[in-house]
Amino acid sequence: MTELVVIIFSAALVNNFVLVQFLGLCPFLGATCKLEGALGMGLATGLVLTLASAFSYLVERFVLIPLDVTYLRLVSFIVVIGAAVQFTELVLSRAFPLLHKVLGIYIPLIASNCAVLGVALLNSNASRSLAAAIFYGAGAALGFGIVLVLLSSLRERLEGEDVPAPFRGSAITLVTAGILSLAFFGFNGFSRL
Amino acid sequence: MVTGTVVLSSLAIALAIGLVLCSRYMAQSEDSVVDEVERILPRIQCAQCGYPGCRPYAAAIVAESAPLNLCPPGGEDTVRRLARFLGRDAAHLASPAAVAGVAAVPASLDDIAVIDEDLCIGCNLCVRACPVDAIVGVHQMMHTVITDHCTGCALCLPPCPVDCISLTPRHA
Repeated sequence: MTELVVIIFSAALVNNFVLVQFLGLCPFLGATCKLEGALGMGLATGLVLTLASAFSYLVERFVLIPLDVTYLRLVSFIVVIGAAVQFTELVLSRAFPLLHKVLGIYIPLIASNCAVLGVALLNSNASRSLAAAIFYGAGAALGFGIVLVLLSSLRERLEGEDVPAPFRGSAITLVTAGILSLAFFGFNGFSRL
Repeated sequence: MVTGTVVLSSLAIALAIGLVLCSRYMAQSEDSVVDEVERILPRIQCAQCGYPGCRPYAAAIVAESAPLNLCPPGGEDTVRRLARFLGRDAAHLASPAAVAGVAAVPASLDDIAVIDEDLCIGCNLCVRACPVDAIVGVHQMMHTVITDHCTGCALCLPPCPVDCISLTPRHA
């Protein structure tokens, strides 16, 4: 149990996918203009991350290893992730049609979010158990969501500020993201997972 | 090599079948957004937006084929709430003349229709025009308005041949 908590904490904060490992930067900058959109994106990506890490584990453990075709790992993970994204889009359009409309193109783009593939591959490299793999995915999702919400809140605040002319727009966003990343390196060394 | 091809193909086909089953099971619905939009609208079915009622207008808003500012009874407040709910830009309310040209008098939830009972000839035309059945009266007899049901949509004004109906503030 403690191990699972440590995995979540480690994936969410210490080895945060966006700010420490620099994975999934596209939605990090693209979907954080508004807090609501960022929350929705965090939730959708979270669902995909958790689903994809579970399914990738199952596919590797029960299909690839028994049939001795582990060289197909990368490409089959991509297939699994595509299916997970499609499934999330279905759920979203059914349960939160408005959120589905707001997020629009960003939902299919989750499929190309390298954090999702990253989690699946890291799980497989570290040969985690099913529970550990799911918790790692959930932790990564939590960290991703936290970071998205943080940056979007900061960006909403910055909108009203008198930013010096050369720093306006993308520049101040990137500076903010960099400072956030520095802040997250403060967690460095808390956990070795 | 052959194993790899078979494994990958069957994996993809299995996932595709699963997804198709899921999408069959969970049919996509725009209806719940239309429900929410309709709930924001006044739902007095006055048709001043040019659509037959609030539900068709809500459907047109969701389908992005109608602007948000066609609802005079809802006023600026409804436009703002729609804009906020749908994440679109709020425009000012279109003036009643610009809207489909139904009633010259803009409808307002604060008004109710009042029938001048001395002038009413009992023609029954306004009863048929009323979208919420707030006017009672039989042929050749004086009609009257049930104030609790009247929504002030002004649809009964044009059909009246003797112009005996007027809109007055509800709380005057």
